[in-house]
Amino acid sequence: MIAELGHFALTLALAVALVQTVMPLIGAWKGWPGWMAVADPAATTQFLLVGFAFAALTHAFVTSDFSVALVVSNSHTLKPMIYKISGVWGNHEGSLLLWVLILALFGACASWFGGNLPPTLKARVIAVQGSIGVAFLMFMLFTSNPFDRMPLPPMDGQDLNPLLQDPGLAFHPPFLYLGYVGLSMAFSFAVAALIEGRVDAAWGRWVRPWTLAAWVFLTIGIALGSWWAYYELGWGGFWFWDPVENASFMPWLIAAALLHSAIVVEKREALKSWTILLAILAFGFSLIGTFIVRSGIITSVHAFANDPERGVFILLIFAFFVGGALMLYAMRAGVMEAKGVFSTFSRESALVLNNVLLAVSAFVVFIGTIWPLVAEMLWDRKLSVGPPFFDAAFTPFVVALAMLLPLGASLPWKRAELGKAMRPLWGALALSVAGGALTFAVQTGQSALGPVGLALGLWVVLGAASDLWLRCGRGSIGQRLGRLTRLPRADWGKAVAHGGLGITIFAVAALTAWQVEDIRVVKPGDSFEVAGYDITLQGVREVQGPNYRSTMAEMRVRDGSRNFTLFPEKRIYPVAGMPTTEAAIDYGFLRDVYLVLGDPQADGGWAVRSYIKPFANWLWGGCIIMALGGFISLSDRRYRIAAGSRKAPQGVPAE
Amino acid sequence: MMRLALILMMLAGPAAAVQPDEVLPDPVMEARAREISRDLRCLVCRNESIDESNAELARDLRLLVRERLVEGDSNTEVLEFVVARYGEYVLLRPMATGSTLLLWIAGPVMLLAGLGTAALYLRRRRGGDQAPVDALTEAERARLDEILKG
Repeated sequence: MIAELGHFALTLALAVALVQTVMPLIGAWKGWPGWMAVADPAATTQFLLVGFAFAALTHAFVTSDFSVALVVSNSHTLKPMIYKISGVWGNHEGSLLLWVLILALFGACASWFGGNLPPTLKARVIAVQGSIGVAFLMFMLFTSNPFDRMPLPPMDGQDLNPLLQDPGLAFHPPFLYLGYVGLSMAFSFAVAALIEGRVDAAWGRWVRPWTLAAWVFLTIGIALGSWWAYYELGWGGFWFWDPVENASFMPWLIAAALLHSAIVVEKREALKSWTILLAILAFGFSLIGTFIVRSGIITSVHAFANDPERGVFILLIFAFFVGGALMLYAMRAGVMEAKGVFSTFSRESALVLNNVLLAVSAFVVFIGTIWPLVAEMLWDRKLSVGPPFFDAAFTPFVVALAMLLPLGASLPWKRAELGKAMRPLWGALALSVAGGALTFAVQTGQSALGPVGLALGLWVVLGAASDLWLRCGRGSIGQRLGRLTRLPRADWGKAVAHGGLGITIFAVAALTAWQVEDIRVVKPGDSFEVAGYDITLQGVREVQGPNYRSTMAEMRVRDGSRNFTLFPEKRIYPVAGMPTTEAAIDYGFLRDVYLVLGDPQADGGWAVRSYIKPFANWLWGGCIIMALGGFISLSDRRYRIAAGSRKAPQGVPAE
Repeated sequence: MMRLALILMMLAGPAAAVQPDEVLPDPVMEARAREISRDLRCLVCRNESIDESNAELARDLRLLVRERLVEGDSNTEVLEFVVARYGEYVLLRPMATGSTLLLWIAGPVMLLAGLGTAALYLRRRRGGDQAPVDALTEAERARLDEILKG
């Protein structure tokens, strides 16, 4: 019964979304306040209805209602409660429902917090958001109904994929969707502005927090996924350039470009049409991501490999929204007259360069991802594009970005002088180069990756610190420290996020360059040494888990004076019939010890894989710091108070 | 769902990748073998190199690579040998020949185009370069210095 109510709520939500799309648009066009005002209750109602449907599906999972087909194929009575809940979105239909729920939530947020938007813009934003809801609700109801019943309910379910039964992965999709779908707000704002034919500083100020929030969630989602791959897949890889990873990475890159160019719109009223284009592209890439995951067109480990009918439907949605928006853009972009003028060497130019690098790097990822498809269609060449290509083609962009970042971030608006801008940075530059050189000397004979990564990371982190210090103006150290605490949160957010990027860049290089790997057969009771660590295999035993059987090794590790025991496992989930590897990791500040148990050997020994992974935690730590920087910036006073003051400053706020 | 399960099964079987009995005694040669393995695709997997894969075929390929290395092939020769047998689909780093050259130069070309467009845009925006936005008179500058010092 509850499942039927959920289904009914979805159908109602579709009707409400239609109203939410049509009436405010007509109202804004004709100037009828009553019709425009429909947007608010419609957005809230749509959110409540989809929320009810989501609750109904969650109820079916929690109570293991095996008359619902989706629950049968993705749940099991023995599964721990948290994975019964995460099972709701661990599949195509449920994740789509979560997608639509977040979409409706953002639409409702625009209604709840958009009080200071001009009424026509607000009505149009909510209407565009509603139209995306219409498309996806139709997609769900016509091709992927989560509430389908089984004619003959089985006694028990088929269990959720064991790899997905993991705390890291339980929360990876919701964050990712918050990011993907959050970009729909930027899209709605862009399309609404194109319809209005007006983009000004105030528009930049409204659109930026949504983009920033989406980017922060994407950052967290991607970091969670990467961390999960690191500890779950059994060899400690953290990024595979898999099509689906790329599908989340491209919107991240574009969103990063967008939130930088939106600053230029907000502060300087330039780059307007480019910013609109980026907003359209960012959401376009989100839709491509959805398409790649759900159509099965590009094979990937994550794909909800599915029937092509769904792929065609998503492709139509993509064509309609991105095609329509781009057409509108072509017609109206000319109206966006830029106001601010600036010299060739200025912060504006630095941000343009940032945008070129980020956008082209996203393009490189995109072309690498779809190239196998293109090559097969056009030239009948079956080929693969894998990590070696992306490493070679993408890394230069990261290096260029990192090299330019500290200088660009410290330039003043309008016009700058190289000598003056570099003066406070020489120290940071010298220190980073010295750090890199020193590392190179110490690590004799290894690749230059580690030292270069260290130098770049240091340069970015020190540059961020120097930028913050510079913002404190002149005076004694005490005065400057005092001002440091009173700096706008936007400045803190910027410095923290940039610092996080530096840390991540360093960690990726360090982990790739300095990891130590050891593969061998060990008999119980034997010891071996890896990079200064004494490791002993104490024994291997069978253990019964709640819904799996485990072969668990007990391994003692001696690290100088410290001793600890790790328990790497191999698990079999009998219901799903799947084996998994559970690496045992000792997380450390400077390194992780990562042990993996392999197969039993004929001589009574076990294959054992040991890795020492330097600075592994810094990688995700850097991502979290980046996200934290985004949050700090979001809490800036101008978003809490000044957001939406209609008389946007004509001149430039003194920076 | 079954297909997903199958795919994931290939991804994370009970033991990962290179087995102890495959490792060559010569560490330099083993390092070369690992390097080559990372460029070769496991043909029955989804986007995995033979270095990461647990599939039987990947193991066979890893052994083949090591065999060729022991027989004295250079890295390129090993790759050529494998490509001759399995086609260019096996390469994770596509060859920069023919139409694939487009893939390799797409990034740099786009970058140049982007930089060119940006440069044009910046030149147009410079219109007010000479505008007296921040040109101070001598007197103003002196006064400013005074304030800043104070």
